[in-house]
Amino acid sequence: MADASGAQSMSIIVTKGTLDWAYPPMILSTTAAAMGLNVTLFFTFYGLTLLLKDPKLRMSPLGNPAMKMPMMGGHLGLPNIMSMIPGVDAGATVMMQDMMKKKGVASFEELRSLALESDVRMIACQMTMDLFEYTLDDMIPGIELGGAATYIEVATQSEINLFI
Amino acid sequence: MADQTLDAKGLNCPLPILKAKKAITALPVGGTLEVLATDPGAVKDFAAFSRTTGHELIEQTTEGNVFRFVLKRKA
Repeated sequence: MADASGAQSMSIIVTKGTLDWAYPPMILSTTAAAMGLNVTLFFTFYGLTLLLKDPKLRMSPLGNPAMKMPMMGGHLGLPNIMSMIPGVDAGATVMMQDMMKKKGVASFEELRSLALESDVRMIACQMTMDLFEYTLDDMIPGIELGGAATYIEVATQSEINLFI
Repeated sequence: MADQTLDAKGLNCPLPILKAKKAITALPVGGTLEVLATDPGAVKDFAAFSRTTGHELIEQTTEGNVFRFVLKRKA
């Protein structure tokens, strides 16, 4: 619901921590904030990776038949048996980062800073922080801890609630 | 002539919108911002940005592969 100033709200539950899946929550939250919405991100399970001071995000073609990289005028996917070879994930990650740079896509770190700068509220799930033995010291400053009830309260006050 | 120009050429979604938002809020009410972008998605996005925020899209032209938008800061 619109707050006292008339601003609408959006919340996103962020559950994934690979380079590719790091983008949708960051793009949507920065854009919504730019469009005047109050935005809250709730990071849980692998989503917590996105809050690490040095996240070193990676991605993998393994088990992802939809991941086809543009190559020599076509699109190339990798069979799982090749994706298993050590170094393939690192190679795919570097390739994706190069491609993003060439096409003017913001880096993950840049989007994350822009999100914090535009007052996107970031809540790390306390239970999964405990589960994976992370402390606030591992995370970027400016985030808070919370649980399911904290998220649900935010969700009841938001027009848009997404799960990524 | 707009009061200020933002060159967002070569930048991809959502950077032109994010930079435009920063630039327009730095202007006084009624001030105009010209944005130059090459992202074809910007055409629909600036229209949606304008409708949602109330910053009026007063001009929109295309020259070659460059899209030009002029936004007017709302009160």
